[in-house]
Amino acid sequence: MKIIAVCGMGIGTSVLLKMNAEKVLRQLGIDATVDATSIAVARESRDAQIILTTPDLVEQLQGLPSEIVPIEHFFDLEELTAKLSASLL
Amino acid sequence: MASPKQLSSYPALNKAFAEHSIRVGAIALDREHAIEMAGELLVASGRSTPAYTESMLDAVAENGPYIVIAPGIALAHSRPSDTVLEIGLSLVTLAEPVAFGNEANDPVRLVIGLCATDHSSHIDIMAELATFLGDANSVNTVLNAGNSDQIRSLF
Repeated sequence: MKIIAVCGMGIGTSVLLKMNAEKVLRQLGIDATVDATSIAVARESRDAQIILTTPDLVEQLQGLPSEIVPIEHFFDLEELTAKLSASLL
Repeated sequence: MASPKQLSSYPALNKAFAEHSIRVGAIALDREHAIEMAGELLVASGRSTPAYTESMLDAVAENGPYIVIAPGIALAHSRPSDTVLEIGLSLVTLAEPVAFGNEANDPVRLVIGLCATDHSSHIDIMAELATFLGDANSVNTVLNAGNSDQIRSLF
């Protein structure tokens, strides 16, 4: 399964999101990789099951086949756990 | 007598924050001013050029306030380019919180500046940054620090 974490540049925010999402996935026992990517690249990709991103960028990602999961607080592992569980379990 | 230097718990952060990369209790007039200060510290510490600061401002104008990644914390950055000299981080604490326009996480009290030379070589730094900023005690110490040495001692 493929999950992508998206921010404007693909080097800062999305990388932090990737780190914490992977932490949560391990705790949930889910086998998935998370790639950090820029919004420009994300708009061209159609193979991700889930896109994790910030609420600000959700609109720009509409129309893709992936489920879009907005995350407000990147360091709140409870928020990530709740949202990833709801999508995956 | 000076005590022996303890082993750093964040060796990658310790290297990423060069001398002159941390400023405490700054007064920012607005979001742009706060980002500019984080950029200027990357320049002052020898990690980027003023053109990179401009691109940090362009990035937030283009993509909006998503860089406010947690309550009170913004990660100001742009994409890798030749305006970056070396991977680096900077840190500014604000005397007065500033609204960035992020509904969930405003106002901002801590701005981290980031510059990277490519998409992969800063991953170890980001892993430590995620742990560091995810630790409420560390963030509180940063926010209440009276000088940059108190912050530096955390890495």
